[in-house]
Amino acid sequence: MVASSAVSNLDQIFIILRDWVTHFFPTAWRPAIGVLLSVVAIVCVFPGLFALTTIFERKGLGRIQNRIGPNRVGPFGLFQPIADGIKSLTKEDIIPTSANGVVHFLAPVILVVAVFMGFAVLPMGRNMVLVDMDAGLLFFFAMGASTELSVFMAGWSSRNKYSLLGAMRAVAQMISYEIVLLLSSVAVVMIAGSLRPEKIVDAQNQYSYGLPHWYIFTPWGLAAFVMYAIAATAETNRSPFDLPEGESELVAGYHTEYSGFKFALFFLGEYLAMFSISGLGTTLFLGGWSAPLEALSFVPSWIWFFGKVMMSIFVFIWMRGTLPRLRQDQLMNFAWKFVLPFTLLDLLVTAMWRFMGEGWLRWVVSTVILAGTYVLMGRAGMYRKHFAPRTYRYAE
Amino acid sequence: MGIMFYLIAALTLAGALAAMTLKHLVHAALAVTAAFAGLALFFLNLDAQFAGFAQILIYIGAVAILIVFAILLTRGAELPKEGVFSRTWFVGMAIAAGIFAVLGWAIIASARALPSETVAPAVTVHDIGVAIVGRYVLPLEIVALLLTAATIGAVIVALHEKERAK
Repeated sequence: MVASSAVSNLDQIFIILRDWVTHFFPTAWRPAIGVLLSVVAIVCVFPGLFALTTIFERKGLGRIQNRIGPNRVGPFGLFQPIADGIKSLTKEDIIPTSANGVVHFLAPVILVVAVFMGFAVLPMGRNMVLVDMDAGLLFFFAMGASTELSVFMAGWSSRNKYSLLGAMRAVAQMISYEIVLLLSSVAVVMIAGSLRPEKIVDAQNQYSYGLPHWYIFTPWGLAAFVMYAIAATAETNRSPFDLPEGESELVAGYHTEYSGFKFALFFLGEYLAMFSISGLGTTLFLGGWSAPLEALSFVPSWIWFFGKVMMSIFVFIWMRGTLPRLRQDQLMNFAWKFVLPFTLLDLLVTAMWRFMGEGWLRWVVSTVILAGTYVLMGRAGMYRKHFAPRTYRYAE
Repeated sequence: MGIMFYLIAALTLAGALAAMTLKHLVHAALAVTAAFAGLALFFLNLDAQFAGFAQILIYIGAVAILIVFAILLTRGAELPKEGVFSRTWFVGMAIAAGIFAVLGWAIIASARALPSETVAPAVTVHDIGVAIVGRYVLPLEIVALLLTAATIGAVIVALHEKERAK
């Protein structure tokens, strides 16, 4: 009994801590202080995680590319993010003379604010959600949509051809893949029957034979998760969808003309967007804060949430080190001719799954439909395409 | 109506005014986005979460982006020399005033026709979903048909462009 209460205390440690701090204040202030503390926690934890991730990414990419990575600052180069932070704080803030000052200043601010807002509805552990909204999922996507505008503002206000091209690419890409992001989440909403992230996690937090009921372990869920992952990579402008800032083509895309702390804000915004979109993917498909095996339920729920998010970040880094960048037409064809139709089909399969009732039949039928369509679409795409060693043409 | 109402109203009106008066098209588009955000805040202030978030998702995430895209693609971002203000502004003013009068009249009349509710109804997203696919399924289908037609139309327009280029 003592052990189990210690375990549940560890599980709820942040809630207990918050309640302990708030009990020093008058009763009327307590809710406001509680929210303030949670916001401060989010605003501190995720940038800290961002600092860790930058070193993790540079080390990981170094491994993949058979080099060492940063190793000068501190033991194993672990203090590199601190050095980077000091550098970006002390650098001169340059605004081009022809730039549009106000819009140029507002763009990074709006980006970071909108990205931070998304964390408000993510359940990061049992009872650990800042705002338990009935329409939480919609809120998350509404905030995600607002970041597109800030990317456009940054690119347009810089008055630089590379910035503008980068912004146009970014906006076109984000609009195309946002549809997929929304539709693949709709599949989960159809099964869970709610837009509340808490309820979606609760629906997956069940076990049979000790194995979890995560949505990724169903045929429609796996298909939706793969589509979600593709769309999430494109939404966060990560390789292989990093055309908006493809450094070999566009210098740095929409943030070419940003320096110093404003550039750091863009950098932060990109990583925070990765965290929040991984967090949402975890919530929707990977069971949120629930343990992967029933026997492991004693481990605090927040460890599972952050563990799953960091696993997703690792996959992001792995993909960046592995895949080459897509071309603009490949990007658009992929979005509109493969990902979107397949997601729509997955919605139909999900509806079928919902109404076929329990039993093995729905597993077979939905797997056959999804796998068959996947193979057929691949074959149709390959039809009459001849693959041979690449030939090069040079200007005469 | 608390102080929040007036703050949001000031923001929305300022955005709308700026959208009308600013000379640069992109600035006007960004100002109209601020007005959209103000409208979303109004919905949230009235505890209509679904409508508020849908407003942000659709108007800021899609409509505003579409506007700036159209501006950029049509080279409208450059300032015309003869100025951007219409010489027939008073006609537009009269039409706007007329529409405003009709809308105001309709709203005031409807407030008298409907029984006044003392308690704000608690509407969950679930209720909205049930209403959309239940009672309002016909309007939903009509809108879906309209949007499909619009999409096909857009594809056809794009196809013609391609053939002329050949």
